[in-house]
Amino acid sequence: MTGTVSARGRMKRLTDSAMGLVLLGSALVSVTIVLLIGLFTLKEALPAFRDIGLVRLLTGTEWRPGQDLYGLFAMIAGSVLVTLGAIVLGLPLALGCAVFLAEVAPAWVRAVVKPSIELLAGIPSVVFGLFGMVVLVPMVRGIDVPGNAGFGLLSASMVLAVMILPTIASVAEVALRSVPEEYRQGSLALGATRWETLRRVTVPAARSGMLAAVVLGLGRALGETIAMIMVIGNAVMMPEAATSNPLTIFLSRARTLTGNIAVEINYATGLHAAALFATGVVLFVLIMIVNASARALLASGMRRG
Amino acid sequence: MPEPRMRTIDYCLYYGGFRALNSISMDIPPNMITAIIGPSGCGKSTFLRSFNRMNELIPGVRVTGKVLLDGEDIFSLDVVSLRRKVGMVFQRPNPFPKSIFDNVAYGPRIHGLRKGDSLAALVERSLKAAALWDEVKDDLQKSALSLSGGQQQRLCIARALAVEPEVILMDEPASALDPIATLKIEELLQTLKENYTIVIVTHNMQQAARVSDFTAFLLMDESRAGNLVEFGPTKQIFTTPRDSRTEDYISGRFG
Repeated sequence: MTGTVSARGRMKRLTDSAMGLVLLGSALVSVTIVLLIGLFTLKEALPAFRDIGLVRLLTGTEWRPGQDLYGLFAMIAGSVLVTLGAIVLGLPLALGCAVFLAEVAPAWVRAVVKPSIELLAGIPSVVFGLFGMVVLVPMVRGIDVPGNAGFGLLSASMVLAVMILPTIASVAEVALRSVPEEYRQGSLALGATRWETLRRVTVPAARSGMLAAVVLGLGRALGETIAMIMVIGNAVMMPEAATSNPLTIFLSRARTLTGNIAVEINYATGLHAAALFATGVVLFVLIMIVNASARALLASGMRRG
Repeated sequence: MPEPRMRTIDYCLYYGGFRALNSISMDIPPNMITAIIGPSGCGKSTFLRSFNRMNELIPGVRVTGKVLLDGEDIFSLDVVSLRRKVGMVFQRPNPFPKSIFDNVAYGPRIHGLRKGDSLAALVERSLKAAALWDEVKDDLQKSALSLSGGQQQRLCIARALAVEPEVILMDEPASALDPIATLKIEELLQTLKENYTIVIVTHNMQQAARVSDFTAFLLMDESRAGNLVEFGPTKQIFTTPRDSRTEDYISGRFG
């Protein structure tokens, strides 16, 4: 009898350690894949860094593969501006949604609204692009500014704002809802209104999660490709204001880093292909910068208490 | 007996169709400690939360009857000014994830006190009144979450005191604390009652006997609604209860 029990015990321990190994294995595979992708991109981009030079690659405003001119600055500006525009348009909306769902909406409203916002995240980006082309671009074209064709940063920012909305809204909502109810009750019991409680207790307590939401949204915005290609105009040019109003820069056509790769990789060879891989590396670094600054922001916020 | 600070008259509370409190009429004497005791689920906490209208946060709650503060119907008062006058300390210490100073200054700030000097003085006074000042005065900017459980609870008391209430409601304030921290809170209650009226819910009968001047015994009836069985001076409740159910409960025969 004791023999069977201990045999079973040994079997259990064996399963346990086997499970540990399997899980470790899957973790290692994921890390390895990420590393390999990074290394491969870097390796393919190496000729570009060697023959063109990092500085010319990053600061050059001319991108003419036919003349072996590979400057990425216009595309960097395009990506940064379109992301900025998307954040300006989308962030207030997304955070408003999150606060509404987490703090204001009665249960049945949340049951309806939340899945519909999450549904937005499931729409393929090409459909967003289509919507942008057919609805937003003609609308933007109505703005009376010389040279405005509708395709450009503004249309792209609007499309992107809708695309990052579900990501930011749902992650921020989870962050708000995970704030302990005791905090809210403590604040209300001191005579604070719901709004004061939200502003002074709930949102600060959810700060790190809400920041994570914004970073996820930024990452998504910087990485979006097909929808951008469809509405941004894809011209390799430095975005510039058409009139004395600096905001008209958003009516300028542009190209994103992602779009640059997707549009040209099919026919690129040699140095041109390497320059496109270098574009990928720049994109990668840009996203790492966003993540790192979010982390730094978070750390300094923590220290302030 | 002096004019009561608070008073409930035929007070009933319903969760949807369920009656949780059944027609409770009771007086809270000023500058005294009134304990509410009773078995789990009898509605003690719900009753306590009626004095500052915290039950309104729960959807589907409905009340009938009256609750008075200094003779005034609390349902005709603005809820913000009611809660300034009737503060609350919760079962589990719930300091905000802010500094010690910001926790105590929270109430005064939302009620419009901005000036640095008077705010600092108020924070100091509140922390002293909550017997926490000596332990934290060297670093008021430290996170409140770094304090021990007992210190956190005294911080929550200081936070409640800082809005200068008349009444302080305490919902089992020591149940999550160790015996030494509990003793400190109980000693603190004795000094606080000079300036404040205190209502305390406790499941610990020894605690009620030790700290309170008056005791209310709540018990649920056949339909599980909380009823006030007996209310009187603590000494009388614990030595010569009038109701046999009170006697059964305090002698530990049930609950």
